[in-house]
Amino acid sequence: MAAVTMRLPVPRKPAVVNAPRGPEKHLVAPGDTITTDTGYMRGHGTYVEDDKLIASVAGVVERVNKLICVRALNTRYNGEVGDVVVGRITEVQQKRWKVETYSRLDSVLLLSSINLPGGELRRRSIEDELAMRDCLQEGDLISAEVQSVFTDGALSLHTRSLKYGKLSQGVLIQVSPSLVKRQKTHFHDLPCGASVILGNNGYIWIYPTSEQRDEETGGFITNLEPVSMSDREVISRVRNCIVALVTHKLMLFDTSILYCYEASLPHQIKDILKPEVMEQIVLETQHRLLDLEG
Amino acid sequence: MSERRATLRRLSCSNGASHCSRLLEGTAASRERRKRKGLSAVRREEAGSMAAVVLSEPEKLYIVHGVQEDLRVDGRGCEDYRCAEVETDVVSNTSGSARVKLGNTDILVGVKAEMGTPKIEKPDEGYLEFCVDCSANATPEFEGRGGEELGTEITSTFYTVFSSENSVDLKSLCINPREHCWVLYVDVLLLVCGGNLFDAISIAVKAALFNTRIPKVRVLEDEEGSKEIELSDDPYDCIRLNVENVPLIVTLSKIGYRHVVDATLEEEACSLASLLVSVTSKGALTSIKKVGRGSLDPESIFEMMELPQYVHMGRGWYWS
Repeated sequence: MAAVTMRLPVPRKPAVVNAPRGPEKHLVAPGDTITTDTGYMRGHGTYVEDDKLIASVAGVVERVNKLICVRALNTRYNGEVGDVVVGRITEVQQKRWKVETYSRLDSVLLLSSINLPGGELRRRSIEDELAMRDCLQEGDLISAEVQSVFTDGALSLHTRSLKYGKLSQGVLIQVSPSLVKRQKTHFHDLPCGASVILGNNGYIWIYPTSEQRDEETGGFITNLEPVSMSDREVISRVRNCIVALVTHKLMLFDTSILYCYEASLPHQIKDILKPEVMEQIVLETQHRLLDLEG
Repeated sequence: MSERRATLRRLSCSNGASHCSRLLEGTAASRERRKRKGLSAVRREEAGSMAAVVLSEPEKLYIVHGVQEDLRVDGRGCEDYRCAEVETDVVSNTSGSARVKLGNTDILVGVKAEMGTPKIEKPDEGYLEFCVDCSANATPEFEGRGGEELGTEITSTFYTVFSSENSVDLKSLCINPREHCWVLYVDVLLLVCGGNLFDAISIAVKAALFNTRIPKVRVLEDEEGSKEIELSDDPYDCIRLNVENVPLIVTLSKIGYRHVVDATLEEEACSLASLLVSVTSKGALTSIKKVGRGSLDPESIFEMMELPQYVHMGRGWYWS
């Protein structure tokens, strides 16, 4: 039967647990004066007006010796070499693809940076150029690593390892890049039955764990078999848990997602998105994470 | 009709690539078109009037298979709505206003009541004027004149929905037949586009009309016969509209072989055809409209039309 819930808006209060605070962070809003001392060099996110250093973005002040910069919390993805990103192909150009990674400029995936299907290593020829659209089309999702950063800030990606490549069936969620914790590995096989790729650019990809672990296909063969019902339920639950964590501004990493999943098990999958259930699950996750730390 | 049913059964039994290709045949055709034309021309054509997201083929397949098994991406069933929030009286300088948040979609509606002349063909009734503004905050595609097509589509749909005589009591809006009447200007502002626009806008319009306060006026007649309109001094002395019969729109999107209500942007990208049904709280259908490039079987249309009545009766309690 159809289920419709309507409610009046309630004032939202952040579900915060009294966590032991680290060193006090200097938070600023655009227009706030950071310092009136003229001895500092100004970095990103600041400008000088009337001998005062003023912040131009909302974020945390970071000071390295004489350099003051403001790191914004809600910003587009700024790529670093070695980051794992999940991106969507927007254009197919002559010897490269343009990939959308929620950064200021579209990232570039050169034809020479991908593994050709079949796995052979050879010089890319004209036939490869003409067959580019058979490999990756507009709208396809890929997981890749940042190889280098161009002078204008655009990222150059590569999928030269067998764990990167085209992504097949699954669910994509877009979150703010600052909520994804930097870790050693961004590919996680959660024990609950789904696998997740936490892209540094804020694109999270959830997909069913593939049974063959030894057969690394290199990712250009897409699996079009229907996903089983149990896998679907796990994927939907993980997706809703991630949305709950993001709504309450918690950092995303494999342990927090797992704890949130376990806290959500008593509820139905579609109930997780209700505000009161979301709050309860996130509070429980925060408690468990604090217990883990100390 | 029986041949069509047999074809459907055959298609639903077959597995593998042919099944996928049938379900996604819209996208395969579009790939051919894309190869022949340039990308930008096709993208403009495909995006059409709705703000759409681009999805890869396996993503669409995942969504379509999920809908077949009644488990959508966010765990809802095919007949479940997202959590909705309705707030009235948000804009102070209007006669009535409402803000609706349906999942991601955010709609703001303001109603202003002004004096005007009745239409010639309906001299003893007031009327409603709709205006939909797709703000560039919703999507960068709406920048400049990009949102005009979507805006005119929504406006014309609402004129059709409210064209039935019983939806709003227009005779109560009349002050002086043939001379003065109340004109309700309903302005809709799309703040965030998160799928299922028509449903959210219809809820917001109904809430704003419910919230509208029209000042009470008296008509004084002089000896010479000239009429003067007097506004009452008390600002709280006003008439409220009866919105019991105002219809709500239920959008049914056809994905694969089943239909879903309250589609998200990703699900809208997978659906080829949708049916917009406007239904009143008593279960009466006032208008039906089909949108989208695909086709709908007449049998499935009858099946889809049974659902909106249940949905509206569930939403009916809020207005009492």
